[in-house]
Amino acid sequence: MPFDVLIVGGGPAGLAASIKLKQLAGDSLSVCVIDKGSEIGSHILSGNVFDPSSLNELFPDKDWKEEVESATGSIATPVSVDEFLVLTETNSFAIPNLFLPPQLNNHGNYVISLSQLCRWMAQQAEELGVEIYPGFAAADVLIEEGIVRGIRTRDVGLAKDGQPKATFEPGVELRARQTLFAEGARGSCTEHLMDEFNLRKGPQTYGLGIKEVWQVPKEQHRPGFVQHTLGWPLQSSIFSKTFGGSFLYHQEPDLVLVGVVVGLDYQNPYLNPYQEFQRWKTHPAIRPHLESGECISYGARVLNEGGYHSIPTLTMPGAQLLGCGAGFLNAVKIKGTHTAIRSGILAAEATHEALTSEGVDPVSETFEITTPPPHVKAYQEKYEASSIKSELYEIRNTHEAFARWGVGPGLIYTGFSTFITKGREPWTLAHNKLDADATAPAKGFSPIQYPAPDGKLTFDLLTNLQRSGVYHAEDQPIHLRVKPELQHVPTEVSLPQYAAPESRFCPAGVYEYVDKKLVINSQNCVHCKCCGIKMPREYIRWTVPEGGGGPQYQRKERTTAKNAQENFASHHDRKKEAAQAKDNEGKTSEERPNCVNQQYISYDIKGI
Amino acid sequence: MKILVGVKRVVDYAVKVRVAQGTVELANVKQSMNPFCEIAVEEAVRLKESKIAKEVVALSIGPKQCTETLRTALAMGCDRGIHIQTDLRTDYMELQPLAIAKMFQQIIEQKENPDLILLGKQGIDSDCGQVGPMLAGLLQCPQVTFAAKVESHDSGFLVERETDAGTESIHIQTLPAVITCDLRLNEPRYATLPNIMKAKKKPVETILAETMGIDLTPRNQVLQVIEPPPRKDGIKVADVDALIEKLKNEAKVLA
Repeated sequence: MPFDVLIVGGGPAGLAASIKLKQLAGDSLSVCVIDKGSEIGSHILSGNVFDPSSLNELFPDKDWKEEVESATGSIATPVSVDEFLVLTETNSFAIPNLFLPPQLNNHGNYVISLSQLCRWMAQQAEELGVEIYPGFAAADVLIEEGIVRGIRTRDVGLAKDGQPKATFEPGVELRARQTLFAEGARGSCTEHLMDEFNLRKGPQTYGLGIKEVWQVPKEQHRPGFVQHTLGWPLQSSIFSKTFGGSFLYHQEPDLVLVGVVVGLDYQNPYLNPYQEFQRWKTHPAIRPHLESGECISYGARVLNEGGYHSIPTLTMPGAQLLGCGAGFLNAVKIKGTHTAIRSGILAAEATHEALTSEGVDPVSETFEITTPPPHVKAYQEKYEASSIKSELYEIRNTHEAFARWGVGPGLIYTGFSTFITKGREPWTLAHNKLDADATAPAKGFSPIQYPAPDGKLTFDLLTNLQRSGVYHAEDQPIHLRVKPELQHVPTEVSLPQYAAPESRFCPAGVYEYVDKKLVINSQNCVHCKCCGIKMPREYIRWTVPEGGGGPQYQRKERTTAKNAQENFASHHDRKKEAAQAKDNEGKTSEERPNCVNQQYISYDIKGI
Repeated sequence: MKILVGVKRVVDYAVKVRVAQGTVELANVKQSMNPFCEIAVEEAVRLKESKIAKEVVALSIGPKQCTETLRTALAMGCDRGIHIQTDLRTDYMELQPLAIAKMFQQIIEQKENPDLILLGKQGIDSDCGQVGPMLAGLLQCPQVTFAAKVESHDSGFLVERETDAGTESIHIQTLPAVITCDLRLNEPRYATLPNIMKAKKKPVETILAETMGIDLTPRNQVLQVIEPPPRKDGIKVADVDALIEKLKNEAKVLA
């Protein structure tokens, strides 16, 4: 099946690229987006405090906030308070805003659900003529004669032992004149491309983000409240080298989005990021936000922390790397969505230019690809000249400062480089270690005693995992592959030398050792990609399972207040109610049609 | 032979269902084709592939997103889709089996005249299992529910029907007939990407439920929707005597 442009990944970068391509080319280029989630948005997980600058560029005439709310019910809440705390075990100290780097000022930004924003963007893309196919996983990249031709989707209908079942369908080849990879951090096809085309210049370093969505009573809710913390429990001293912190955002109407990001270059193999997150919630500065609320959703995903140094070469013959797949997250701003969208726009512009100047009839007309896919170097040039590069270059040394000298000096250095040198310092602190190699042997540390979950504020992993909606079709091959040359590593290296860190860092409980043997519960996998990064010797290769499986992230709008309808009525509902009210005027109650707002009366049925 | 298949859009089987505002929460919850309807579609498509049927028409009742469910049915191999559009809830809260059966009846008698009607045995949201039998009653035609095997036989069908006591073999001698499909009938195929793309071109007709002239008011009133009470923790007992004592005196399951 040939297309002019194939986009792998339906996140903000991929969707922005598809939209921009159609805005530039109209029907003259065929554009296809595939995504391994069952729907667009089901694999999207992010804090998210959103900088709308690049989205506004993509849609200068739309009020995206109003349209997203209409389409999905998700309300983009303007940030009202920006709080930065340093926590100790029992206390907290606020860093006054004037001492914070300007990048952390969230004025003009919004607390959003990125998953719902993507659903809306997908609707816009489809209206422009983009073909979107969720539920299809890109399993292999088609490379012929050193040029990327497209991808092949995952075979489906294989049994656990790899044998075809009656429902077997082989993967389908999707070929294009240009393939844009927008898989997010540590994308599986992207990793393969890094090796094939030698794109990496320095290693990437990642953080594992674990998130919960809470629904809280109205009295506790502070719309637009944004809080980040450092310190307890991840960092117990100012020289602690464990990178990470927390986020806590209040989104209308009654949601609190919380989570913790742990830098995967941590040394202590006994560190359990999920448990650190659970105990962080018990801190007196955090607990009041969540108390009496209900946890309704859970998920995890890695994010890039390496910044400027870790960005690979972005182009190769036939393909380009977009968004977090390339690594455009700004770790000081703690934002990557705006750069992902911008990279999508730049890639679309470069691709449109390249494909329309080839003098070749497009696939949208001929239904065949007649020339080899071009190497669109213009995308790399656009990136070099873009605000993505300048904002990442400015903060290029900050993450490494934390990694080398600890959290206290790291903060001081970040202040220094964001206020004073603004990135103009002539030196570069390069990052050169794989996260997997940063883990130190277990003998230098002792197991951490984490408190037991109370079931109301803190939860055990498996209970929380249900809230991600994760499922995979049972009878399929395990998608987490132990690399053939590293078969011995689990039992001979990971367990004895490092006390099996994978049994602690996986936020889905996939890896455990039973009777000293590795057990992989692959159906729990939430596709966070942490294992491929942090396994000792990187002994796991993460591959895609059958499309449509994995987590099902979506925002639940339920409210518990009695006047729920008023709390939550979006303008869409208000319009509907107004229309219904007009219609009901003058009718007796018998004549009113069954409408969705019907009251359900419950009686106490006694003595039957 | 023409087959009419019913496909229902329900809350996805893997979703943890919540109660909100006195009813099941549907907003922003993942919905997909009822698993038993998938089995019915698969059976219809297999009958078409073995040349017993010539045309398979899929029918769905619900909001505008039902067109997605119909597209999946078309991608699996149905030829055409009919969408009866209504914003009434189809999970028993508003639209109930009798009204649904009447809508099917009208489409069958006044429009399509199929030889076979295949339905899932029940919707996983309402769990009623009533549309099939009610429809057969309205049409005054043979019905076999909980089909585990369907074979063409003479001018009718030989159907194996699952019951609690075992399997019955029933010969449907005259058509049209209604068959509702159970789990063991088949394993539905994956909708492949090429078929999904082709399905976009297959026709789907939309009819507004209000224009059908059928009384859709529910016959039963839902009084209360609650989540099941949380399971109480179990306890450990020290020995068998303590276990027997508890079973006798607390659980009262032993004389």
